[in-house]
Amino acid sequence: MTRETAIKAENLSLTFQTNDGPVHALKDVSLDIKKGDFVSFIGPSGCGKTTFLRCMADLETPTAGDITVNGVSPHEARRSRAYGYVFQHAGLYPWRTIGRNVRLPLEIMGYPKAEQDERIKRVLELVDLAGFEKKFPWQLSGGMQQRASIARALAFDADILLMDEPFGALDEIVRDHLNEQLLKLWAKTQKTICFVTHSIPEAVYLSTKIVVMSPRPGRISDVIECPLPAERPLDIRDTQEFLDVAHRVREGLRAGHSYD
Amino acid sequence: MTRTLFPVLTVLFGILVIWFLAVAPMNIRVTLDQAARAGGDVVPAGAVERREASTLSLLLNNRSHIAGGYDLDRPRLPTPTQVGQELWKTTGAMVLKGRTWSKRSLIYHGWVTLQSTFWGFLLGTSVGILGAVLVVKSRVLEMSLVPWAIISQAVPIVALAPMIIVLSSQIGIEGRGFPKALISSYLCFFPVMVGMIKGLRAPNAEQLDLLKTYSASGQQQFLKLRVPASLPYLFTSLKIGIAAALVGAIVGELPTGAISGLGARILIGDQFGTPLAIWAALFAAAILAGVLVTLIDRIQHVLLNKMGMRT
Repeated sequence: MTRETAIKAENLSLTFQTNDGPVHALKDVSLDIKKGDFVSFIGPSGCGKTTFLRCMADLETPTAGDITVNGVSPHEARRSRAYGYVFQHAGLYPWRTIGRNVRLPLEIMGYPKAEQDERIKRVLELVDLAGFEKKFPWQLSGGMQQRASIARALAFDADILLMDEPFGALDEIVRDHLNEQLLKLWAKTQKTICFVTHSIPEAVYLSTKIVVMSPRPGRISDVIECPLPAERPLDIRDTQEFLDVAHRVREGLRAGHSYD
Repeated sequence: MTRTLFPVLTVLFGILVIWFLAVAPMNIRVTLDQAARAGGDVVPAGAVERREASTLSLLLNNRSHIAGGYDLDRPRLPTPTQVGQELWKTTGAMVLKGRTWSKRSLIYHGWVTLQSTFWGFLLGTSVGILGAVLVVKSRVLEMSLVPWAIISQAVPIVALAPMIIVLSSQIGIEGRGFPKALISSYLCFFPVMVGMIKGLRAPNAEQLDLLKTYSASGQQQFLKLRVPASLPYLFTSLKIGIAAALVGAIVGELPTGAISGLGARILIGDQFGTPLAIWAALFAAAILAGVLVTLIDRIQHVLLNKMGMRT
């Protein structure tokens, strides 16, 4: 089965000029992401995983190489609102209720009022936040805030979801729960998801493809296809198959990183 | 409310005690001069000797006269009670007599000053907000406007005020209303501008990036992010701004030969040697400032609470 390419990077490099000389955030990164993939990017701090995601989102401009999103440049993709971006901190606007936070992209993109209402209702149900529309962000727990920010990214019809360590600041129990929900959501919406994480179990549990990255310069050291079935209950993490994949990811991380 | 009331009242009590005690040394010389003139028994008896004696020795040698310092017609430092009585005489008592708008009523003078303050505040706030918007929008304007805004505050307003009066009458503006509002706004615009620049720049990188991913326009970024994010900063600077506008309005009344307004009362009180009038006008101004700041504080509280921002 050949699926269409969603994101394609070829020899992508990004060098930041700093006072201490150039920093190679990304060096010769090539990757092919198919439509409907769930791709995790894992690696230690400074390996360029977030920078790579930001290049896809046109929030950073690569200094060399090519990258296309849905077959066009990231800039055009951003212009045509091809992706939703979930930031590390929920980043909800504190002066807006949850409902109005989800409404923000819809207002900006000029959806008619009735459709805005309908979409807000639908995505809040999708992330299990029905009934919280009129609450302000500070009245919600960290996990609920992050779910609201996912709803905000889902509210408009982008078929790519870019997530930058969205559950990094949450405790493990909440994180497990959100991982489970995210998988269901992915199955329901058929979106292409790029997911940056620090956690090996999280990456293995969620992904169809795990991209292991290593720092100085930021590059891809291994790409692992995850053979786990599409249907993944939480206790799949205790199976031998899961542990094998996790082991391979750990090996990849170790190989790309000298612990001196 | 009760939590803030107690510390405020404690400080007020402390001030009153210090003030009350200070009346004795501040007034002892005047008291003794008056007593000597009335033929009383004063140590030392000669005016020249008294001038050379220390305040402490005068107090110790004339203990029977200390009480007199608390009941002078024209004291160097009036007692809190005297100021309170004068305040009542020129406000509440006037109302009871149906002479609220008499030239001797501080309510009338306060109202005159309040009007200048209001117009000055309106003008100063508008200029401050507009300045902040321009500075945030354009790097060139930031470099050209901000230094001038800072320099403007280094110029003593007392020196500028007479010129503003002269120039505005030169271009045919009658009355003191406009120049006073202008002087008031001169002091008011700066804190508002500084606060708004900070407020409009308050959004963090993530909040700005989010709008970029929606490919929002500059105007949308401004209205949906920068403006709401700036509101807490705006209110903080409005509170400073309105107090500054009141000071500006009073300063605008000082060197201009005005005969009405709290500033005029202070000046006239000084010229006619009636310290009680000065002190009463001073306290009226302080109370007015307190009321205005509290008013803005309440509006801030209600509005920001409604917007989900806890204050």
